[in-house]
Amino acid sequence: MFLSSPSMIPQLFSIQNIKNETRDTFTLELVSPDKLNISFHAGQFMMLYVFGIGEVPISISGNPTKTTKLLHTIRAVGTVTKQLKTMKRGDVIGVRGPFGSHWPVDESQGKDILIVAGGIGLAPLRPALLYILAYRQRYRKVTLLYGTRTADDLLFLSEIEQWRARLDLDVYITVDRSSKEWRGNVGVVTTLISKATFEPSKTVAMICGPEIMMRFVSVELQRCGVLVENIFVSLERNMKCAIGLCGHCQYGNIFVCKDGPVFAFPKIQHLFGKREL
Amino acid sequence: METLKIILAEHPFFKDFEAKHLDLIAGCASNVKFNPEKFLFREGEEANKFYLIRSGKVAVEMYGTERGSITIQTIGRGEILGWSWLIPPYLWHFDAHAIELTRAIALDGKCLRKKCEKDSTLGYKLMKRIAYIMENRLQATRLQLLDMYAATE
Ligand SMILES: Cc1cc2nc3c(=O)[nH]c(=O)nc-3n(C[C@H](O)[C@H](O)[C@H](O)COP(=O)(O)OP(=O)(O)OC[C@H]3O[C@@H](n4cnc5c(N)ncnc54)[C@H](O)[C@@H]3O)c2cc1C
Ligand code: FES
Repeated sequence: MFLSSPSMIPQLFSIQNIKNETRDTFTLELVSPDKLNISFHAGQFMMLYVFGIGEVPISISGNPTKTTKLLHTIRAVGTVTKQLKTMKRGDVIGVRGPFGSHWPVDESQGKDILIVAGGIGLAPLRPALLYILAYRQRYRKVTLLYGTRTADDLLFLSEIEQWRARLDLDVYITVDRSSKEWRGNVGVVTTLISKATFEPSKTVAMICGPEIMMRFVSVELQRCGVLVENIFVSLERNMKCAIGLCGHCQYGNIFVCKDGPVFAFPKIQHLFGKREL
Repeated sequence: METLKIILAEHPFFKDFEAKHLDLIAGCASNVKFNPEKFLFREGEEANKFYLIRSGKVAVEMYGTERGSITIQTIGRGEILGWSWLIPPYLWHFDAHAIELTRAIALDGKCLRKKCEKDSTLGYKLMKRIAYIMENRLQATRLQLLDMYAATE
Protein backbone atom coordinates (compact mmCIF):
# COMPACT_ATOMS: atom_id res chain seq x y z
CA MET A 1 0.00 0.00 0.00
CA PHE A 2 1.13 3.53 -0.72
CA LEU A 3 1.13 4.67 2.92
CA SER A 4 3.63 2.02 3.88
CA SER A 5 6.02 3.08 1.14
CA PRO A 6 9.48 4.01 2.45
CA SER A 7 8.76 7.72 1.97
CA MET A 8 6.22 7.56 4.84
CA ILE A 9 8.45 5.68 7.28
CA PRO A 10 11.24 7.65 8.95
CA GLN A 11 14.71 6.10 8.89
CA LEU A 12 16.87 6.55 11.97
CA PHE A 13 19.82 8.87 11.62
CA SER A 14 22.18 9.96 14.36
CA ILE A 15 23.70 13.38 14.82
CA GLN A 16 27.39 13.13 14.05
CA ASN A 17 28.18 16.79 14.41
CA ILE A 18 26.53 20.09 15.23
CA LYS A 19 27.96 23.38 14.07
CA ASN A 20 26.59 26.67 15.30
CA GLU A 21 26.43 29.01 12.32
CA THR A 22 24.86 32.07 13.98
CA ARG A 23 22.96 32.98 17.15
CA ASP A 24 19.88 30.99 16.06
CA THR A 25 21.08 28.86 13.15
CA PHE A 26 22.99 25.61 13.22
CA THR A 27 24.04 22.84 10.85
CA LEU A 28 23.35 19.21 11.69
CA GLU A 29 25.48 16.49 10.19
CA LEU A 30 23.49 13.26 10.15
CA VAL A 31 24.65 9.71 9.44
CA SER A 32 22.75 6.48 9.19
CA PRO A 33 23.80 3.70 11.58
CA ASP A 34 22.93 1.32 8.71
CA LYS A 35 25.44 3.18 6.50
CA LEU A 36 22.62 4.29 4.22
CA ASN A 37 23.75 6.65 1.50
CA ILE A 38 21.42 9.47 0.61
CA SER A 39 21.66 10.62 -2.95
CA PHE A 40 19.75 13.79 -3.61
CA HIS A 41 19.41 16.68 -6.01
CA ALA A 42 20.35 20.24 -5.08
CA GLY A 43 17.26 21.96 -3.68
CA GLN A 44 15.47 18.89 -2.34
CA PHE A 45 14.34 18.59 1.27
CA MET A 46 13.92 15.96 3.98
CA MET A 47 11.31 15.62 6.71
CA LEU A 48 13.11 15.59 10.08
CA TYR A 49 11.21 13.95 12.91
CA VAL A 50 11.98 14.65 16.55
CA PHE A 51 10.36 11.82 18.45
CA GLY A 52 7.34 12.88 20.46
CA ILE A 53 7.61 16.48 19.23
CA GLY A 54 6.93 16.63 15.52
CA GLU A 55 8.21 16.69 11.99
CA VAL A 56 9.51 19.59 9.88
CA PRO A 57 10.58 19.97 6.26
CA ILE A 58 14.22 21.11 6.01
CA SER A 59 16.26 21.50 2.85
CA ILE A 60 19.47 19.59 2.42
CA SER A 61 22.40 22.01 2.64
CA GLY A 62 25.19 19.50 1.88
CA ASN A 63 27.10 18.57 -1.23
CA PRO A 64 25.10 16.45 -3.71
CA THR A 65 28.30 14.84 -4.94
CA LYS A 66 28.96 13.45 -1.41
CA THR A 67 26.23 11.13 -0.21
CA THR A 68 27.56 9.53 2.97
CA LYS A 69 26.16 12.18 5.29
CA LEU A 70 23.20 14.50 5.34
CA LEU A 71 23.64 18.17 6.13
CA HIS A 72 20.81 20.43 7.24
CA THR A 73 21.15 24.09 8.17
CA ILE A 74 18.29 25.05 10.43
CA ARG A 75 17.02 28.22 12.02
CA ALA A 76 15.39 27.67 15.38
CA VAL A 77 12.01 29.39 15.10
CA GLY A 78 9.44 27.14 16.77
CA THR A 79 8.60 23.90 18.53
CA VAL A 80 10.50 21.37 16.45
CA THR A 81 13.40 23.47 15.26
CA LYS A 82 14.06 24.78 18.78
CA GLN A 83 14.07 21.20 20.05
CA LEU A 84 16.52 20.22 17.30
CA LYS A 85 18.81 23.01 18.50
CA THR A 86 19.02 21.44 21.95
CA MET A 87 20.10 18.04 20.61
CA LYS A 88 23.54 16.58 21.16
CA ARG A 89 26.02 14.54 19.22
CA GLY A 90 24.83 10.90 19.11
CA ASP A 91 21.14 11.77 19.50
CA VAL A 92 18.85 10.01 17.02
CA ILE A 93 16.12 11.54 14.87
CA GLY A 94 13.82 10.19 12.17
CA VAL A 95 14.42 11.18 8.56
CA ARG A 96 12.19 10.82 5.50
CA GLY A 97 13.09 11.81 1.98
CA PRO A 98 14.57 13.23 -0.15
CA PHE A 99 11.49 14.99 -1.49
CA GLY A 100 10.57 17.55 -4.08
CA SER A 101 11.88 19.19 -7.19
CA HIS A 102 15.37 20.63 -7.54
CA TRP A 103 17.42 23.50 -8.92
CA PRO A 104 18.01 23.14 -12.68
CA VAL A 105 21.78 22.74 -12.37
CA ASP A 106 22.21 20.24 -15.20
CA GLU A 107 19.81 22.05 -17.52
CA SER A 108 21.75 25.31 -16.98
CA GLN A 109 25.05 24.14 -18.43
CA GLY A 110 26.60 26.66 -20.79
CA LYS A 111 24.80 29.55 -19.08
CA ASP A 112 25.76 32.34 -16.71
CA ILE A 113 24.56 31.39 -13.24
CA LEU A 114 23.25 33.86 -10.73
CA ILE A 115 22.57 32.51 -7.26
CA VAL A 116 20.65 34.99 -5.14
CA ALA A 117 20.20 34.16 -1.46
CA GLY A 118 18.49 36.02 1.35
CA GLY A 119 19.08 35.03 4.98
CA ILE A 120 18.65 31.28 5.63
CA GLY A 121 17.91 30.96 1.87
CA LEU A 122 21.59 30.32 1.29
CA ALA A 123 21.17 26.86 2.89
CA PRO A 124 18.95 25.35 0.14
CA LEU A 125 21.13 27.01 -2.51
CA ARG A 126 24.43 25.75 -1.13
CA PRO A 127 24.07 22.29 -2.76
CA ALA A 128 23.46 23.99 -6.13
CA LEU A 129 26.56 26.12 -5.74
CA LEU A 130 28.68 23.16 -4.61
CA TYR A 131 27.46 21.09 -7.55
CA ILE A 132 28.19 23.89 -10.01
CA LEU A 133 31.66 24.39 -8.52
CA ALA A 134 32.29 20.62 -8.76
CA TYR A 135 31.62 20.85 -12.52
CA ARG A 136 32.72 24.45 -12.90
CA GLN A 137 33.94 24.14 -16.50
CA ARG A 138 30.39 23.36 -17.68
CA TYR A 139 29.15 26.84 -16.82
CA ARG A 140 29.97 30.39 -17.89
CA LYS A 141 30.14 33.14 -15.30
CA VAL A 142 28.98 32.09 -11.82
CA THR A 143 27.91 34.73 -9.30
CA LEU A 144 26.61 34.53 -5.75
CA LEU A 145 24.62 37.47 -4.37
CA TYR A 146 23.89 37.07 -0.67
CA GLY A 147 22.07 39.41 1.68
CA THR A 148 21.42 39.09 5.41
CA ARG A 149 20.05 41.25 8.18
CA THR A 150 23.41 41.92 9.87
CA ALA A 151 26.96 40.62 9.51
CA ASP A 152 26.31 38.33 12.51
CA ASP A 153 23.66 36.50 10.46
CA LEU A 154 26.00 35.40 7.68
CA LEU A 155 26.03 31.63 7.25
CA PHE A 156 28.97 29.39 6.25
CA LEU A 157 31.49 32.14 7.03
CA SER A 158 34.70 30.17 6.55
CA GLU A 159 33.39 28.66 3.33
CA ILE A 160 32.39 32.08 2.03
CA GLU A 161 35.99 33.18 2.53
CA GLN A 162 37.13 30.27 0.33
CA TRP A 163 34.48 31.10 -2.28
CA ARG A 164 35.59 34.73 -2.31
CA ALA A 165 39.17 33.66 -2.97
CA ARG A 166 38.21 31.76 -6.13
CA LEU A 167 38.82 33.44 -9.43
CA ASP A 168 36.01 31.53 -11.13
CA LEU A 169 33.28 32.69 -8.76
CA ASP A 170 32.09 36.24 -8.05
CA VAL A 171 30.76 36.72 -4.54
CA TYR A 172 28.84 39.83 -3.49
CA ILE A 173 27.55 40.17 0.04
CA THR A 174 25.42 42.85 1.61
CA VAL A 175 23.84 43.46 5.00
CA ASP A 176 20.75 45.50 5.86
CA ARG A 177 22.33 46.95 8.98
CA SER A 178 26.00 47.46 9.45
CA SER A 179 28.19 47.61 12.49
CA LYS A 180 31.33 49.71 12.81
CA GLU A 181 33.54 46.76 11.81
CA TRP A 182 31.66 45.97 8.60
CA ARG A 183 33.51 47.23 5.54
CA GLY A 184 31.31 45.59 2.93
CA ASN A 185 28.10 46.56 1.15
CA VAL A 186 25.08 47.88 3.01
CA GLY A 187 21.57 47.67 1.52
CA VAL A 188 19.14 44.91 0.57
CA VAL A 189 20.13 42.09 -1.76
CA THR A 190 18.37 43.66 -4.77
CA THR A 191 20.97 46.45 -4.70
CA LEU A 192 23.67 43.88 -5.56
CA ILE A 193 22.12 43.03 -8.92
CA SER A 194 23.38 46.19 -10.58
CA LYS A 195 26.88 45.59 -9.20
CA ALA A 196 27.22 42.10 -10.68
CA THR A 197 28.32 41.47 -14.24
CA PHE A 198 26.40 38.81 -16.15
CA GLU A 199 24.85 38.47 -19.57
CA PRO A 200 21.11 38.68 -18.82
CA SER A 201 19.85 36.83 -21.89
CA LYS A 202 22.18 33.89 -21.11
CA THR A 203 21.58 33.83 -17.36
CA VAL A 204 19.79 31.31 -15.19
CA ALA A 205 18.90 32.76 -11.78
CA MET A 206 18.22 30.62 -8.72
CA ILE A 207 16.68 32.57 -5.86
CA CYS A 208 15.88 31.56 -2.31
CA GLY A 209 14.87 33.72 0.62
CA PRO A 210 11.77 35.32 2.08
CA GLU A 211 9.00 35.52 -0.53
CA ILE A 212 9.01 39.29 -0.56
CA MET A 213 12.71 39.26 -1.34
CA MET A 214 12.25 36.72 -4.16
CA ARG A 215 9.46 38.84 -5.60
CA PHE A 216 11.58 41.98 -5.72
CA VAL A 217 14.67 40.14 -6.95
CA SER A 218 12.73 38.58 -9.82
CA VAL A 219 11.27 41.94 -10.85
CA GLU A 220 14.73 43.49 -10.83
CA LEU A 221 16.23 40.59 -12.80
CA GLN A 222 13.53 40.83 -15.45
CA ARG A 223 14.13 44.55 -15.67
CA CYS A 224 17.80 43.78 -16.38
CA GLY A 225 16.79 41.41 -19.18
CA VAL A 226 16.88 37.97 -17.52
CA LEU A 227 14.17 35.85 -19.16
CA VAL A 228 11.34 35.08 -16.78
CA GLU A 229 11.46 31.37 -17.66
CA ASN A 230 15.11 31.32 -16.54
CA ILE A 231 14.24 32.50 -13.04
CA PHE A 232 13.79 29.77 -10.41
CA VAL A 233 12.62 30.17 -6.83
CA SER A 234 12.07 27.86 -3.87
CA LEU A 235 8.81 28.17 -1.95
CA GLU A 236 8.16 27.38 1.69
CA ARG A 237 4.75 26.20 2.79
CA ASN A 238 3.52 24.21 5.77
CA MET A 239 3.89 20.50 5.08
CA LYS A 240 2.71 17.31 6.63
CA CYS A 241 3.00 14.31 4.31
CA ALA A 242 5.51 15.75 1.80
CA ILE A 243 4.27 13.42 -0.92
CA GLY A 244 1.15 15.11 -2.25
CA LEU A 245 -1.36 13.23 -0.11
CA CYS A 246 -2.56 15.43 2.69
CA GLY A 247 -3.20 18.63 0.75
CA HIS A 248 -1.52 20.86 3.35
CA CYS A 249 0.69 22.54 0.81
CA GLN A 250 -1.77 22.53 -2.07
CA TYR A 251 -2.79 25.51 -4.20
CA GLY A 252 -5.18 24.55 -6.97
CA ASN A 253 -3.39 21.90 -8.94
CA ILE A 254 0.02 22.68 -7.40
CA PHE A 255 1.49 20.77 -4.47
CA VAL A 256 4.50 22.63 -3.11
CA CYS A 257 5.88 19.39 -1.62
CA LYS A 258 6.05 17.40 -4.83
CA ASP A 259 5.78 19.93 -7.68
CA GLY A 260 8.14 22.21 -5.69
CA PRO A 261 9.74 23.50 -3.59
CA VAL A 262 11.77 24.70 -6.62
CA PHE A 263 9.63 26.23 -9.35
CA ALA A 264 10.23 28.12 -12.56
CA PHE A 265 9.00 31.59 -11.68
CA PRO A 266 6.14 31.85 -14.24
CA LYS A 267 4.55 28.71 -12.79
CA ILE A 268 4.06 30.10 -9.28
CA GLN A 269 4.06 33.84 -9.77
CA HIS A 270 0.37 33.88 -8.82
CA LEU A 271 1.10 32.19 -5.47
CA PHE A 272 3.45 34.89 -4.27
CA GLY A 273 2.00 36.78 -1.37
CA LYS A 274 -0.82 34.26 -0.90
CA ARG A 275 -1.51 33.28 2.68
CA GLU A 276 -1.40 29.63 3.70
CA LEU A 277 -4.78 28.04 3.05
CA MET B 1 36.00 67.50 -21.93
CA GLU B 2 35.90 65.04 -24.88
CA THR B 3 37.01 62.15 -22.62
CA LEU B 4 34.44 63.16 -20.01
CA LYS B 5 31.77 63.13 -22.70
CA ILE B 6 32.81 59.60 -23.74
CA ILE B 7 32.71 58.39 -20.13
CA LEU B 8 29.27 59.96 -19.66
CA ALA B 9 27.97 58.48 -22.91
CA GLU B 10 29.07 55.01 -21.81
CA HIS B 11 27.37 55.28 -18.43
CA PRO B 12 23.93 53.57 -18.26
CA PHE B 13 22.51 56.68 -16.60
CA PHE B 14 23.09 58.70 -19.79
CA LYS B 15 22.12 55.94 -22.22
CA ASP B 16 20.28 57.35 -25.29
CA PHE B 17 21.10 60.97 -24.43
CA GLU B 18 21.62 63.04 -27.58
CA ALA B 19 25.14 64.28 -28.34
CA LYS B 20 24.14 67.91 -27.85
CA HIS B 21 22.79 67.11 -24.38
CA LEU B 22 25.91 65.15 -23.51
CA ASP B 23 27.92 68.20 -24.56
CA LEU B 24 25.90 70.39 -22.22
CA ILE B 25 26.27 67.93 -19.35
CA ALA B 26 29.99 67.38 -19.93
CA GLY B 27 30.37 71.15 -19.55
CA CYS B 28 29.25 70.73 -15.92
CA ALA B 29 31.36 67.61 -15.24
CA SER B 30 34.74 67.07 -13.63
CA ASN B 31 36.84 64.11 -12.54
CA VAL B 32 37.20 63.76 -8.78
CA LYS B 33 39.00 61.42 -6.39
CA PHE B 34 38.32 60.76 -2.71
CA ASN B 35 40.74 59.03 -0.37
CA PRO B 36 39.33 56.55 2.18
CA GLU B 37 37.48 58.33 5.03
CA LYS B 38 37.16 61.55 3.01
CA PHE B 39 33.64 63.02 3.07
CA LEU B 40 31.93 63.72 -0.26
CA PHE B 41 29.27 65.73 1.54
CA ARG B 42 27.67 66.21 4.92
CA GLU B 43 24.06 66.49 6.02
CA GLY B 44 22.72 70.05 5.92
CA GLU B 45 25.37 71.37 3.54
CA GLU B 46 24.31 72.88 0.25
CA ALA B 47 23.79 70.12 -2.32
CA ASN B 48 25.34 71.39 -5.49
CA LYS B 49 26.75 68.18 -6.96
CA PHE B 50 25.94 64.64 -7.87
CA TYR B 51 28.34 61.82 -8.60
CA LEU B 52 28.72 58.96 -11.03
CA ILE B 53 30.92 56.53 -9.15
CA ARG B 54 33.59 55.01 -11.41
CA SER B 55 35.46 52.91 -8.84
CA GLY B 56 35.61 52.46 -5.09
CA LYS B 57 32.81 52.57 -2.56
CA VAL B 58 30.93 55.28 -0.70
CA ALA B 59 28.90 54.89 2.50
CA VAL B 60 25.74 56.95 2.85
CA GLU B 61 25.27 57.58 6.56
CA MET B 62 23.21 59.31 9.20
CA TYR B 63 24.61 60.49 12.46
CA GLY B 64 22.69 60.16 15.70
CA THR B 65 24.22 61.24 19.01
CA GLU B 66 23.03 58.03 20.70
CA ARG B 67 24.16 55.56 18.04
CA GLY B 68 26.89 57.38 16.16
CA SER B 69 27.09 57.01 12.40
CA ILE B 70 24.73 54.46 10.86
CA THR B 71 25.41 53.33 7.31
CA ILE B 72 22.17 53.19 5.37
CA GLN B 73 23.56 52.14 2.03
CA THR B 74 26.80 51.73 0.14
CA ILE B 75 27.17 52.96 -3.42
CA GLY B 76 29.77 51.56 -5.79
CA ARG B 77 31.01 51.39 -9.37
CA GLY B 78 28.46 52.41 -11.96
CA GLU B 79 26.01 53.85 -9.44
CA ILE B 80 24.71 57.37 -8.96
CA LEU B 81 25.01 59.27 -5.71
CA GLY B 82 22.86 62.26 -4.80
CA TRP B 83 19.66 63.89 -5.98
CA SER B 84 19.29 66.69 -3.45
CA TRP B 85 20.78 69.09 -6.04
CA LEU B 86 17.55 68.77 -8.02
CA ILE B 87 15.01 69.38 -5.28
CA PRO B 88 14.73 72.59 -3.23
CA PRO B 89 16.04 73.58 -0.75
CA TYR B 90 19.07 71.82 -2.30
CA LEU B 91 20.52 70.54 0.99
CA TRP B 92 22.07 67.14 1.62
CA HIS B 93 19.94 64.82 3.75
CA PHE B 94 22.78 62.44 4.58
CA ASP B 95 26.52 62.25 5.06
CA ALA B 96 28.55 60.39 2.45
CA HIS B 97 32.13 59.29 2.86
CA ALA B 98 34.51 57.15 0.83
CA ILE B 99 35.22 53.74 2.37
CA GLU B 100 37.83 52.97 -0.27
CA LEU B 101 39.76 55.13 -2.69
CA THR B 102 36.88 56.35 -4.87
CA ARG B 103 36.99 57.88 -8.33
CA ALA B 104 33.92 59.60 -9.68
CA ILE B 105 32.61 62.13 -12.10
CA ALA B 106 31.15 65.07 -10.23
CA LEU B 107 28.34 66.93 -11.97
CA ASP B 108 27.78 70.50 -10.91
CA GLY B 109 24.12 70.67 -9.93
CA LYS B 110 23.81 74.44 -10.09
CA CYS B 111 25.24 74.50 -13.59
CA LEU B 112 22.96 71.60 -14.62
CA ARG B 113 19.87 73.20 -13.10
CA LYS B 114 20.43 76.31 -15.20
CA LYS B 115 20.83 74.23 -18.35
CA CYS B 116 17.71 72.22 -17.50
CA GLU B 117 15.68 75.43 -17.07
CA LYS B 118 16.81 76.58 -20.50
CA ASP B 119 16.36 73.24 -22.25
CA SER B 120 13.24 71.53 -20.92
CA THR B 121 13.83 68.37 -22.98
CA LEU B 122 17.15 67.89 -21.22
CA GLY B 123 15.49 68.75 -17.90
CA TYR B 124 12.73 66.20 -18.41
CA LYS B 125 15.17 63.47 -19.43
CA LEU B 126 17.36 64.07 -16.41
CA MET B 127 14.36 64.24 -14.11
CA LYS B 128 13.07 60.88 -15.43
CA ARG B 129 16.42 59.18 -14.80
CA ILE B 130 16.78 60.66 -11.33
CA ALA B 131 13.17 59.75 -10.49
CA TYR B 132 13.93 56.16 -11.50
CA ILE B 133 16.92 56.03 -9.17
CA MET B 134 14.87 57.58 -6.37
CA GLU B 135 12.17 54.95 -6.88
CA ASN B 136 14.76 52.19 -6.71
CA ARG B 137 16.20 53.58 -3.49
CA LEU B 138 12.72 53.95 -2.03
CA GLN B 139 11.92 50.29 -2.74
CA ALA B 140 15.26 49.18 -1.27
CA THR B 141 14.69 51.29 1.83
CA ARG B 142 11.21 49.81 2.25
CA LEU B 143 12.62 46.29 2.11
CA GLN B 144 15.27 47.28 4.63
CA LEU B 145 12.59 48.69 6.96
CA LEU B 146 10.51 45.53 6.57
CA ASP B 147 13.40 43.64 8.15
CA MET B 148 12.58 40.85 5.74
CA TYR B 149 15.22 38.33 6.81
CA ALA B 150 14.26 38.51 10.47
CA ALA B 151 13.10 35.36 12.24
CA THR B 152 9.67 35.52 13.83
CA GLU B 153 10.08 35.15 17.55
C1 LIG C 1 10.59 22.82 1.47
C2 LIG C 1 11.00 23.51 2.71
C3 LIG C 1 12.34 23.63 3.00
C4 LIG C 1 12.76 24.26 4.17
N1 LIG C 1 14.09 24.36 4.42
C5 LIG C 1 14.49 24.93 5.58
C6 LIG C 1 15.88 25.00 5.89
O1 LIG C 1 16.74 24.56 5.14
N2 LIG C 1 16.23 25.55 7.04
C7 LIG C 1 15.29 26.07 7.92
O2 LIG C 1 15.68 26.57 8.98
N3 LIG C 1 13.99 26.03 7.65
C8 LIG C 1 13.57 25.46 6.50
N4 LIG C 1 12.24 25.40 6.23
C9 LIG C 1 11.31 26.01 7.19
C10 LIG C 1 11.02 25.06 8.31
O3 LIG C 1 10.33 23.93 7.81
C11 LIG C 1 10.17 25.76 9.36
O4 LIG C 1 10.93 26.78 9.96
C12 LIG C 1 9.75 24.77 10.42
O5 LIG C 1 8.78 23.96 9.86
C13 LIG C 1 9.22 25.45 11.63
O6 LIG C 1 8.77 24.43 12.49
P1 LIG C 1 8.76 24.56 14.05
O7 LIG C 1 7.99 23.42 14.60
O8 LIG C 1 10.13 24.77 14.57
O9 LIG C 1 7.97 25.92 14.26
P2 LIG C 1 6.40 26.10 14.54
O10 LIG C 1 6.18 25.74 15.98
O11 LIG C 1 5.62 25.42 13.49
O12 LIG C 1 6.30 27.64 14.34
C14 LIG C 1 6.60 28.55 15.39
C15 LIG C 1 6.64 29.96 14.88
O13 LIG C 1 7.68 30.12 13.90
C16 LIG C 1 7.17 30.71 12.75
N5 LIG C 1 7.88 30.15 11.60
C17 LIG C 1 7.68 28.95 11.03
N6 LIG C 1 8.52 28.79 10.00
C18 LIG C 1 9.26 29.91 9.93
C19 LIG C 1 10.32 30.35 9.08
N7 LIG C 1 10.76 29.59 8.08
N8 LIG C 1 10.87 31.55 9.30
C20 LIG C 1 10.44 32.33 10.31
N9 LIG C 1 9.44 31.97 11.13
C21 LIG C 1 8.87 30.78 10.96
C22 LIG C 1 5.71 30.38 12.73
O14 LIG C 1 5.00 31.36 12.01
C23 LIG C 1 5.38 30.41 14.20
O15 LIG C 1 5.11 31.70 14.63
C24 LIG C 1 11.79 24.79 5.06
C25 LIG C 1 10.43 24.68 4.77
C26 LIG C 1 10.04 24.06 3.60
C27 LIG C 1 8.59 23.93 3.31
S1 FES D 1 2.55 18.21 2.37
FE1 FES D 1 0.90 16.87 2.05
S2 FES D 1 0.29 17.39 0.08
FE2 FES D 1 2.08 18.54 0.30
